[in-house]
Amino acid sequence: MNTLWQLLALVNKEFLALLRDPRSRLVLIAPPIVQLLVFGYAATFDLNDVPVAVYNQDRGSLSRELLARIEGSPAFHIAYRVTHEEQLRPLIDQRKVTLVLAMDAQFSRDISQGRSAHLQALLDGRNSNSALIALSYLRNILIDFNQQQLQRQGGPTLPAALKVRAWYNENMASRWFIVPGIVGLLLLVVTLVVTALSIAREREEGTFDQLLVTPLHPWQILLGKSIPGLIIGLIEASFIILLAVLWFEVPLRGSIGALYLGILLFLLSAVGVGLMISAISVTQQQALLGAFLFLVPAVILSGFATPIANMPEVVQWLSYLDPLRYFLVIVRGVFLEGDGYALLLHQYWPMALIGIVSLLLAGWLARHRMY
Amino acid sequence: MSRRLADSRRRLRGMVRKEWLQIWRDPSSIAIAFVLPVILLFLFGYGVSLDAKDIRLGLVVEQMDSDSRNFAESFGRSDYFMPRYFSDIREAEQALTERRLDGIVWLRHDFSQRLLQPSPAAIAVRVNGVDANEARITAGYIQGVWFGWLEKYAREHGRELDTPVQLQQRVWFNSAVISRHYLVPGLIAIIMTLIGSLLTSMVIAREWERGTMEAMMATPLRIPEVLAGKLIPYFVLGMAGMLFTVVLAKGLFAVPLRGSFGALLLSGALFMLVALAMGLLISIIAKNQFVAGQIAIIVTFLPAFILSGFIFDIGSMPAPIQLITHLVPARYFVAILQTLFLAGDIWPVILPNLGAMALMLLVFMMIIRRKAHKRIA
Repeated sequence: MNTLWQLLALVNKEFLALLRDPRSRLVLIAPPIVQLLVFGYAATFDLNDVPVAVYNQDRGSLSRELLARIEGSPAFHIAYRVTHEEQLRPLIDQRKVTLVLAMDAQFSRDISQGRSAHLQALLDGRNSNSALIALSYLRNILIDFNQQQLQRQGGPTLPAALKVRAWYNENMASRWFIVPGIVGLLLLVVTLVVTALSIAREREEGTFDQLLVTPLHPWQILLGKSIPGLIIGLIEASFIILLAVLWFEVPLRGSIGALYLGILLFLLSAVGVGLMISAISVTQQQALLGAFLFLVPAVILSGFATPIANMPEVVQWLSYLDPLRYFLVIVRGVFLEGDGYALLLHQYWPMALIGIVSLLLAGWLARHRMY
Repeated sequence: MSRRLADSRRRLRGMVRKEWLQIWRDPSSIAIAFVLPVILLFLFGYGVSLDAKDIRLGLVVEQMDSDSRNFAESFGRSDYFMPRYFSDIREAEQALTERRLDGIVWLRHDFSQRLLQPSPAAIAVRVNGVDANEARITAGYIQGVWFGWLEKYAREHGRELDTPVQLQQRVWFNSAVISRHYLVPGLIAIIMTLIGSLLTSMVIAREWERGTMEAMMATPLRIPEVLAGKLIPYFVLGMAGMLFTVVLAKGLFAVPLRGSFGALLLSGALFMLVALAMGLLISIIAKNQFVAGQIAIIVTFLPAFILSGFIFDIGSMPAPIQLITHLVPARYFVAILQTLFLAGDIWPVILPNLGAMALMLLVFMMIIRRKAHKRIA
């Protein structure tokens, strides 16, 4: 009972240290909101209004019909119609358009006489991902157009047709993928910074020695340092999840309990890593930089923006050490795929393991590194 | 007059020397200046790729006959797929739910008979749409295999495949469509932002926090000398970081540099000055390492990452966000870098972006001049 009161007093003190300083209060509140809004709106691989230049020498109706389909798609926007071939190069060079479409004078005649007409597409590869996506949009439009054309001619249609359906995200909206990911990203940033600074601050101000000579056990100190990070993380997580559902309208389909179990284990691992960094650092600056040095690779290797499966195998192994990797599967699984506990079991235990090992290491480091 | 100039030069030299020593002796500034760029470069060079490979595809073939086998085997020949066969769609869908598959192609038992009928035989495709970008790429590759098979099927039956319109595509500047070639040049802007803004702002804020700024005020150093003395070492460090990145980009990652080196150096130097000015301004406002570090991450690092066009296409962002990107200096530099590396010296792209950076530098300098006094608090 007594130890519980001692622990509570320490937790209380940690909260006061965090919240009384207006600057650290700001750090807890401002970055999550700014990042959620900026990431939520800016971080998307979907293309809208790709500027297109058209060089159409055909006078028939079919080229106009195809262009109307392209113009009608939200992905493309015909910005220039040129009359000479020489006008095309500068448009792409100067990034005024991403895509150039060219049709020769025989375009409509070829189609109506049953020959293949050619649609030339030139793309700006300076952003190769956008080029690929634009190409896939264009190909889809063309497949529809071709099918319609074949039907109209009454000749044989294609022997087989694909019917593609995307599960969990029918419209293939990147935002549904990115916004749940931000929950993990922000939790990691906030928890890591809060806990990484906690011991380092006491070291820098010289109060860590005082803490060590109190009747508190080392494990009590460690717990007292972890609990504020956990509680702040839980509150921020709930806030961001609420915004994701109400503001960004991402569906939350799975079990809330499974999500919160994941959040708890993820916070445990983040707190563990944060305390480990804190125990190594002597000053707050070092702690902050240490947190940054962990965060950047952790975010890049987690699958937040680019799939882990595309990475080389060695890098994939490295990503198994990254708690964010597991949490992203959980948060996306629960949000979009409607997962429950059973499907997420293999994501839970590695986070728990990382949490326990890093907490033990942090405790050992804090006791064995005295300045 | 010349005497005063010589004095000023001497003071500046002393100041630069002090800063230089401070950089070398602090492990954390070495970490930001050298370790982080290397980590970033390797992560982005090797780790980050948007090019899908080894897609785990479930092939459900209910009735194995020559046509369906023929179709299914075309996936095995593609480099993009790791196919696995299923005989029951429920089994495959279960695997998709458990994330053991990325997509399913389902050939029903009457596939071969339907091929001969006038209406097309339906091939159902399911992809996991959670990662929308990946799902789109997967669907695109499946389409590619399907189309190749259609052509082959038509040839084997002695006719040409009817395609009213054929697409002839060419990707300029990056014909192999390697995402690394567009990511690595942009990374130079990120690394220079780290050195110029994050490191500089924290180091100068430390002087305020520790009170050594006050000590410096008691010296005959004048404000422009203090500022110049602070900036010169970091300018050198940042330019070294840039050269290092360019060498690695060309040597290790085989990214072409089609523009001139002079243009790269010129725009790099201008961007470095802008980044330094931002770092300086942040430190003057914050006067505290913790706050300076946080502001630098939020105002310089994250925007350089997300709002600069480094990964995400600016043209696809909502209009208000596109307006905000004009305030991000990295946006202009990333545009120059991608053009210089992949396309060449296209001055109509480079000059306006250089102009925008010069304007930002001017504005930052004016604010700094007004905010920096030899005065305490």
